[in-house]
Amino acid sequence: MSQFLTERLSQIATKNGNEYFKIACSKPSLAGSVSQRACVFCGSRVVLYPIADAVHLIHGPVGCAVYTWDIRGALSSGPELHRNSFTTDLREKNIIFGGEKKLEESLNELIDKYQPKAAFVYSTCIVGVIGDDVEAICRKVSKAKGIDVLPVMSEGFQGSKKDGYKIACEALSKLLGTSDSIKLGKYNINILGDFNLAGELWMLTEYYQKMGIELLATITGDGRIEKIRNAHRASLNVVQCSGSMMHLAKHMKEKYGIPFIKVSYFGIEDMSDALYEVANFFKSNELLEKATQLVREEVKDLMPALVEYKKKLEGKKAAIYVGGAFKAISLVKALRLIGVKTVVVGSQTGNKDDYQLLADLCDEGTILVDDSNPNELSDFVQKTGAHIFIGGVKERPIAHKLGLGFCDHNHERKEALAGYEGMLNFAQEIYATACSPVWQFVRKEENFR
Amino acid sequence: MLLRHTTDEIKERKALTVNPAKTCQPVGAMYAALGVHGCLPHSHGSQGCCSYHRSMLTRHYKEPVMASTSSFTEGSSVFGGQSNLVQAINNIFTIYNPDIIAIHSTCLSETIGDDLKQISQKAKEEGKVPEGKYVVYANTPSYVGSHVTGYANMVKGFIRSFAINTGKKTKKINVLSGWVEPSDMREMKRLSELMKVEIILLPDTSDVLDAPMTGKHEMYPKGGTKLEDIVEMGNAKATLGLGHWCTNDAAIQLENTCKVKFTIEELPIGIRATDRYIQALSRLGAVSVPQSITDERGRLLDMITDMHQYLAGKRVALWGDPDILIPLTEFLVDMEMKPVYIVSGTPGKRFMKKMEELLSEKIPEAKFKNGLNADMYLMHQWIKQQGVDLLIGNTYGKYISRDDGIPFVRLGFPTIDRVGHSYFPTAGYQGAMRLLEKILNVLLDKQDAECPEEKFELVM
Repeated sequence: MSQFLTERLSQIATKNGNEYFKIACSKPSLAGSVSQRACVFCGSRVVLYPIADAVHLIHGPVGCAVYTWDIRGALSSGPELHRNSFTTDLREKNIIFGGEKKLEESLNELIDKYQPKAAFVYSTCIVGVIGDDVEAICRKVSKAKGIDVLPVMSEGFQGSKKDGYKIACEALSKLLGTSDSIKLGKYNINILGDFNLAGELWMLTEYYQKMGIELLATITGDGRIEKIRNAHRASLNVVQCSGSMMHLAKHMKEKYGIPFIKVSYFGIEDMSDALYEVANFFKSNELLEKATQLVREEVKDLMPALVEYKKKLEGKKAAIYVGGAFKAISLVKALRLIGVKTVVVGSQTGNKDDYQLLADLCDEGTILVDDSNPNELSDFVQKTGAHIFIGGVKERPIAHKLGLGFCDHNHERKEALAGYEGMLNFAQEIYATACSPVWQFVRKEENFR
Repeated sequence: MLLRHTTDEIKERKALTVNPAKTCQPVGAMYAALGVHGCLPHSHGSQGCCSYHRSMLTRHYKEPVMASTSSFTEGSSVFGGQSNLVQAINNIFTIYNPDIIAIHSTCLSETIGDDLKQISQKAKEEGKVPEGKYVVYANTPSYVGSHVTGYANMVKGFIRSFAINTGKKTKKINVLSGWVEPSDMREMKRLSELMKVEIILLPDTSDVLDAPMTGKHEMYPKGGTKLEDIVEMGNAKATLGLGHWCTNDAAIQLENTCKVKFTIEELPIGIRATDRYIQALSRLGAVSVPQSITDERGRLLDMITDMHQYLAGKRVALWGDPDILIPLTEFLVDMEMKPVYIVSGTPGKRFMKKMEELLSEKIPEAKFKNGLNADMYLMHQWIKQQGVDLLIGNTYGKYISRDDGIPFVRLGFPTIDRVGHSYFPTAGYQGAMRLLEKILNVLLDKQDAECPEEKFELVM
């Protein structure tokens, strides 16, 4: 397979010296492509779902609810309401006569049953077409039940997953500024854009607490409604996964004057920067000293361990295809730290700035790609002789079929990959998959006939 | 506890569904289309649908699942998806080069009124469909039926598009496989080979979704029902459909257009249902049952008698698709187990009727429900009221299993947290033995782990 659709060519580029880097992105997928992308609803749903003491009702046919039922492994230290799947299960007669009544009844039944702190109601494709007034129903039920019922207007056809993030942020912004019940400490921050996959947020919380910083709200990993209501009172927003949460960070800056910094928690370098930058923000020597001490302690044992992995992995090549480009940037750096060179890197939703950063960071000859598909990805990894693929659920079996190692850096990660401990897990996982004894039984030469 | 919010007090629900025991049509259409050789399923709707179905099937099979999407935009949802679909057909043949594109609709494209027949015709007229290549379609509105309905509709679509009666009858028997695993389809073929009955199996996902690792990614693996075989189905001697929900419509279609008489049996799960499959093959193919199959049956019976004491009286809760639940219930009753709670989100009157037939005399306390609000939440509430010894169903039972400490055998779609289903069948006598082995393992493991020390036994 070496033929690509000409329409796709502008979304594929190879790094070549320091020449101005051009790649087309933020385009809708081509009709007929085997795109790895999802829809607006998916974007909203994955962002909001970790809020564990709210109910999340999917207004639409049953599928949208089933496919997003507890798929992300976002952990909660308390309530587990978010791991259930609630739906209005719209049927043909609702499509003909409208689904408003069923939505209202479902909401009432749901709120009576669970007494949640708030309810999110997701609008799906079909609801947009039949014209249910979801916002009006939400207002009505909210008034009757005395809790926030927040419409999430996430009809799938409006665009891609990225557009769904923005809609989720809009729903969240309605909660902000509605409570000041939480007592503030000396240094308060919100964490935006960590979803507590494999308990990663708890590791970050520990780091910041060791420095003497309090986390006011975590949005949305291990999220709680009351904390989000208070989030407007923090001094700083620390934003990861900028694709999903920048919109909210900007909103909070405009409306509440809360500054934000963009960070990443993957890899030693980026993780440490995330701590230092917060210390610097508060202009506190005490915080900076504690951060330095923390980093020193964490790195002390980590570095020698990583060196061992580096010895074993030196010369291996990796292909990366993930949802957000910001994560890809951290991954390139983290891989470099353990001797692995990135030869292909792409994302579903990266923008021009992200790709420029990636291009600056990558080695000569690295292939960069936006909104790719299985054929292209297979072709790239074979051309470049990659040994390891880093991606999500749909890429895993393809990588394995091609005889490549695989690391899930998406919803299905089983080990924490963030932070210092996460870096070690990451190295271990990359080593285990790249150097698995099973590969000796696979006739690799068939790849390159 | 994950489901600590679930209580035993059952309040009538009119609208809300909690933890569904079904999903929507398109994923079934996608699965069925993957069982035709050289076929690329195409989802005519927003790109999320396609992505979700591929992810779900990938999680279930741990295999690459290829399918394309019309990538609807706001514009297409207002002005119709025709131009998206015509462009998609063109792009797909240019770049992915399948033999067949199998289009299924979604709630969105159905509601805005896209006419798949007319659009695929238009694409053909505009020369977007190369010589020797085909486009088939099935209407699969997500708000009607369930994933099972989508499967049935797609199979019917293949028959409608390809089967031809040329007047030259063959001795072949069409077998419509129903929604089972690649391993089960392989088993159906193995049994028919032993019987020396030549069958055409549609669809057939073996060697597609259980493909070996070769160091190459095959967009179109070697398996799948061949196009020429689907054409040939029109000349077959008879059709045997396995599972009423999944195969009835296709069988009727084939009789109407090609005059091929049909019989529908349950999926061959358990003793009696497999007996009926074997007898139907024997009758339709005019062959006798070979000793080797009789021996397989004998081994199953032997296993049941040996272990009967651990099975008798055990209360079982099961959920999933009607075509599986009906023969499974029958099998459990035949082993003197007690299927007391049965739930399926898939609608259809036949479910309640069959369950009454199977259970009203033997297990009068049994509760069963299908269709609206028949969900995992209701099942869990029943279990809270009076417990069970065993759960059988798809992965979504794992919350209940963990919370209430109930042994759990995974069976059905989706099974996204264990492997084996794609390789080892549940169908046929050997499949029944495997199912029995799994049931015994979880029951006996629990007994070993939890029984009082004085009751702990080496020999069981």
